Amino acid sequence: MRDDTKLDAPGQFPPTRWSVIVAARSMEPEERRRGLEVVIAAYWRPVYKYIRLRWGKDSEEAKDLTQDFFFRLLEKDLLASYEPQRARLRTFLRVCVDHLIANDDKARRRLKRGGEIEFQPLDFESVEGEMQHSEIPAPDRVEDFFEREWARSIFSLSLQRLQQDCEQRGKQTHFRLLEFYDIEEAGKELTYAQVARQFGVKTSDVTNYLAYARREFRRIVLEHLREMTGSETEFRREAHTLLGMKRP
Amino acid sequence: MKWLSDAALDRLRAAADIPDLSGTRYLWVEKLGEGGMGGVYRVEDAALGRQVALKAIRIVDPSGQFAARLLREAKIIAQLEHPGIVPVHDVGTLPDGRVFYTMKLVRGRRLDQYRAESGGVPERLRTFQKICEAVSFAHAHSVLHRDLKPQNIMVGRFGEVLVMDWGLAKLLNRGSLAEAEGAGRIGAEIEPTSHPDTAHGAVLGTPGYMAPEQARGEISAVGPGADVYSLGEVLKFLLQGLGPMPKALVAIAGKATAQDLERRYGSVEELANDIAQYLDGLPVRAYPQGPMGHLWRWVIRNRAWILLILAYLAMRALFILWRAR
Repeated sequence: MRDDTKLDAPGQFPPTRWSVIVAARSMEPEERRRGLEVVIAAYWRPVYKYIRLRWGKDSEEAKDLTQDFFFRLLEKDLLASYEPQRARLRTFLRVCVDHLIANDDKARRRLKRGGEIEFQPLDFESVEGEMQHSEIPAPDRVEDFFEREWARSIFSLSLQRLQQDCEQRGKQTHFRLLEFYDIEEAGKELTYAQVARQFGVKTSDVTNYLAYARREFRRIVLEHLREMTGSETEFRREAHTLLGMKRP
Repeated sequence: MKWLSDAALDRLRAAADIPDLSGTRYLWVEKLGEGGMGGVYRVEDAALGRQVALKAIRIVDPSGQFAARLLREAKIIAQLEHPGIVPVHDVGTLPDGRVFYTMKLVRGRRLDQYRAESGGVPERLRTFQKICEAVSFAHAHSVLHRDLKPQNIMVGRFGEVLVMDWGLAKLLNRGSLAEAEGAGRIGAEIEPTSHPDTAHGAVLGTPGYMAPEQARGEISAVGPGADVYSLGEVLKFLLQGLGPMPKALVAIAGKATAQDLERRYGSVEELANDIAQYLDGLPVRAYPQGPMGHLWRWVIRNRAWILLILAYLAMRALFILWRAR
């Protein structure tokens, strides 16, 4: 604990990074591809589920539309028309999905996508498994549904990254503790002392390890957000949505 | 990639919000509540072996606005040493950069819960008097609360009252109440004389409990009368569910919540005095009465003696009648 009460908090926020939106709009094909890959990693699951549940498409058609959507993002340079001051990126993307499906033309879609551009394969089967737990969103809850799926995607990606980081630094117990205490049902009702006994560590270690893992998790989530937001205002709003318990 | 259920997502979100207490004297226990700029947590002070409440700003505060507000709140409360105002123990910055302060862990019920479980009018009015005492003390030290409502008032196990959440407090200029009471320390020690947001006329407070001038964002007009208004609403809240109210009490609540500032009580003390008058069966300022009204209140006030005398007279009469036979 610092005993001063300085109001600036260095390290609380990740430094500004090259926004993926700027990258995706770049004239450099490689830069655009890199930017788009980050967008795809965060959004393909929400988009696929959204198409399946909101638009009632079967899995084959939803796969086709999901891939087509991201190809169009790259080929048609859709992100060039995105204005951060007017909407959040995820709202923009959701509206683009709606637009694509409303103007769906299968023949044109298949004809235009020649297969010359390839992204990493998307694991649609695993998402189908996840969707057994999902309900069809009511028309007035569409935005909430998409937001929740987006949050799930960002958190899952961040956890994956945290696990890799912890393994590289020899802090597997830190990650395992977070997984056990903050995610799994089994750890929900336990005290730190009980968890310490279960893991064979001291109670103070539980406090410190969990604090470390949570701090790193927050940092990674905010880094993802920093990359995927077009303005400081949007970053703050999305950070509130993801990490704040209330909206601003 | 690991799939997260809705419950896991919520738990992880809540966990990410837990303050980083590593390396501090505090041990995590549980979250107690959520406010506009952060959360309140139950933690154990390992150095002293006791539980305290820790209030920390939310993790996302890039402009430092919440941090400034929390720090200011802690300093204001620290100056207000009164049994009705929760004491601050410690202030600082956690390893995750969040500004926090710790305070006494209040074990009791919020006023809304208290109302559901408490007794009749006199008991509730005595509780209300204690609320008025704490607010009046703050006013005497040039501090306005500006967010008085049942959710910000706790009633302890032994009937003690604690006014909480001074996050929207406003410091009145020195030279007004402070000098009049000879207690101008706060104005000298805490830099801003008004809340950072209030300089621009932002509306801060809770609808339903906010004075009209506060709701309109008329910063210069917001004074002790705004807290009087909120207390009037708290009084109405406290008296709900007790059936038809005596006219004098209705008049007191009405005068406290008058839309026109000029028609309200001039101070919390005046409001509290009227409540005390009512409890003692004396006339109240808010409800002037004619001679018959005064007589009736006199009868009510002395009803025990009057009943005793009447009983004595009745017995004497019966005795005389019996002797006459």
